[in-house]
Amino acid sequence: MTASTDAPRAEAAPRTRAPIPRAGWTVVAAKEIGDHVSSIRFVVLLIVLGIAAGIPLYFAADTIREAADRASEAAAVFLALFTIGEDTPYITLRVDTFVALVAPLLGIIFAFDAVNSERHDGTLPRLLSQPIHRDDVINGKFAAGLAVIGIVLVAMLAIVSGYGMFRLGIVPEAGEVFRLLAWTLATFVYVALWLAFGLLLSVAIRNAATAALVGFGTWLFLTLFGPLVLSFIAPILAPVTGATNEEIYQSAVFQDTITRLLPANLYQEISVALLNPSATQVSAPATIGQAIQANQQIGSLLSLDQSLLIVWPQIVALVALTVLCFGAAYVLFMRQEVRA
Amino acid sequence: MTAAAAPQARPAGCREADPNAPLVTRRLTKKYGDLTAVNQLDLEVRRGEIFGLLGQNGAGKTTTILMLLGLTEPTEGEARVVGLDPARYPREVKRRVGYLPDAVGFYDGMSGRANLRYTASLNGLRGKDAEGAIDAVLDQVGLASRGHDKVGTYSRGMRQRLGIADALVKDPDILILDEPTTAIDPIGVQEILELLQTLSRDRGLTILLSSHLLSQVQSVCDRVGIFAAGRLIGQGTVQELAARFIEDEATIEVEFHEEGDDDAALTTRVETALADLPNVVRVTRSEKVGRPWHVTVTPASVEAEVREQIPAAAVGAGLRLIGLSPHVPSLDDIYRVALRRRAQERAARRAARAEQQAATAGEPGTEAADKPAAPKPTRHGRRSRRTRQ
Repeated sequence: MTASTDAPRAEAAPRTRAPIPRAGWTVVAAKEIGDHVSSIRFVVLLIVLGIAAGIPLYFAADTIREAADRASEAAAVFLALFTIGEDTPYITLRVDTFVALVAPLLGIIFAFDAVNSERHDGTLPRLLSQPIHRDDVINGKFAAGLAVIGIVLVAMLAIVSGYGMFRLGIVPEAGEVFRLLAWTLATFVYVALWLAFGLLLSVAIRNAATAALVGFGTWLFLTLFGPLVLSFIAPILAPVTGATNEEIYQSAVFQDTITRLLPANLYQEISVALLNPSATQVSAPATIGQAIQANQQIGSLLSLDQSLLIVWPQIVALVALTVLCFGAAYVLFMRQEVRA
Repeated sequence: MTAAAAPQARPAGCREADPNAPLVTRRLTKKYGDLTAVNQLDLEVRRGEIFGLLGQNGAGKTTTILMLLGLTEPTEGEARVVGLDPARYPREVKRRVGYLPDAVGFYDGMSGRANLRYTASLNGLRGKDAEGAIDAVLDQVGLASRGHDKVGTYSRGMRQRLGIADALVKDPDILILDEPTTAIDPIGVQEILELLQTLSRDRGLTILLSSHLLSQVQSVCDRVGIFAAGRLIGQGTVQELAARFIEDEATIEVEFHEEGDDDAALTTRVETALADLPNVVRVTRSEKVGRPWHVTVTPASVEAEVREQIPAAAVGAGLRLIGLSPHVPSLDDIYRVALRRRAQERAARRAARAEQQAATAGEPGTEAADKPAAPKPTRHGRRSRRTRQ
């Protein structure tokens, strides 16, 4: 029965065969985005970012109105929505710090099981036996994670901005819009770093649960214990009483360098510089001269390019870390055997 | 002895290699560190046939398949799949080869159709083309009514059939199935094997399947290749292999009713009754349940004639015949014999090498040189053979 219907099909088949898709990663990414959006983790993302935006915003709006009343000439009032908040003893409720806190979490959540779950479910050999390049799989997954987080991040920032305009009647100036965009981009890179790290874990660790644990452990360590460890190290490195200015200065620079090892600090510094035009330095001064200069400086507002210049090393470091993580995940994935 | 045995063990495929065959490998080798997973493989699968790659777990079947798909690079040698080298053109090869992996997996949260749709889109099929192809393959594997259900609700047999549908959706020229019948109930196995036969017949597909359940796939394979420890030790039809590895003999299983006779008396009676029949070479008693007798006949072609004569002979001897059946050599038998013969050849070669070494070592003290050398050539002999071939 099937013979009669299928025989002509078999003849015609070689001619009508569809061409190999040129960009296999887009197909993978499209499927992954669909998976992400309908998954429970997407709901978690919405809730977490919603809280990240909503609660600080509530406090910021209150504070900002008082502040605005007092000083209408305040620098970049609109951006204050993101940087002003309630300093409780436990947590700083500000949009920028909250984003800094949850961005790594989101990156890990969206990537920790990207490759190992495919391996575990036996779908990886099936996927790789399709006419795509092997890196299409990992590229597509990375792109999908970035796209989903990016969309939600932009939506959140748009809502915060919209709320600001609507509720406070403050319209952002062009400079502020550009600063916001630059900060969003930096946040995006920061999320990408953790997404790449999650991806690396998902390639290196066969068990998804273990990968998640290692990922969250790393996040927890760097967020909570990182500064703690540094604060332990700092006194040890601190100069003894009676040190010369030069020694005090050297020690400060060294402590600063150690702090830079934490990606969270890099991002924090970028945040400060980009969201606050009056921030003219983000770290300890590099020379004694600068230190004196900083003290004597008359408060001034920087243009965006000047602010970018201040944190350019931090931005480059963040991008470099992201590339490093993704590169490691990529190479490892390309070298791994297909069979489980 | 060694010289005579060596060419016989070489797969016949070497000489009759057809450059236009859809699937050819030449001296294909894969090494993982010290372990040689696939060793000097010469394989040829002809257009439109079902070829069975048979061997124990770990014999190198999956590694071979991965190399054919370009998913693993061979250490040495090369493969040609639909005329292309999979190591250099993996995407073109994978576009034209459907693959059902060992222990195939699906996205359980997605429906069967959605899983196939993903595969279709990875193959450049979209929209109506994809839906049409999905309908066709689901119908073919008998899952048309379950296509919209989530794969998580499928039984193992259904998943396997969905896996075949998944391999077919790209409309391949070749279908490669890794252990398609493992962990499936007997009825499911039968269904899958029938499906493969239908596909081979109706679509003109070339099918390569691997299995460690030799007897199971024996019925559907046009030809088989027998794998052991990374080497192909035989290639051909089951009959050809039987002729090569099993003496030209057939066995008839005969069962008699035992009534009070003691064993020895019965044995003599049966032996005198059956051993005198023409073409019978020996009569032995099996240890199986019911303790049947095995009557070995040579040549195998006269087995039916002998079987006809057994009842009369039994009646003549006053024996009460209750069972009579031909015992056909199966792939399992062939496999066992092939393995045993291979081990013997190896031992013989090793012994010859040791002898040679002893001879070249010098005239004095042949005996003295022979004895301490005895355990050593095992390692040395094997290594030198590998590098040479």
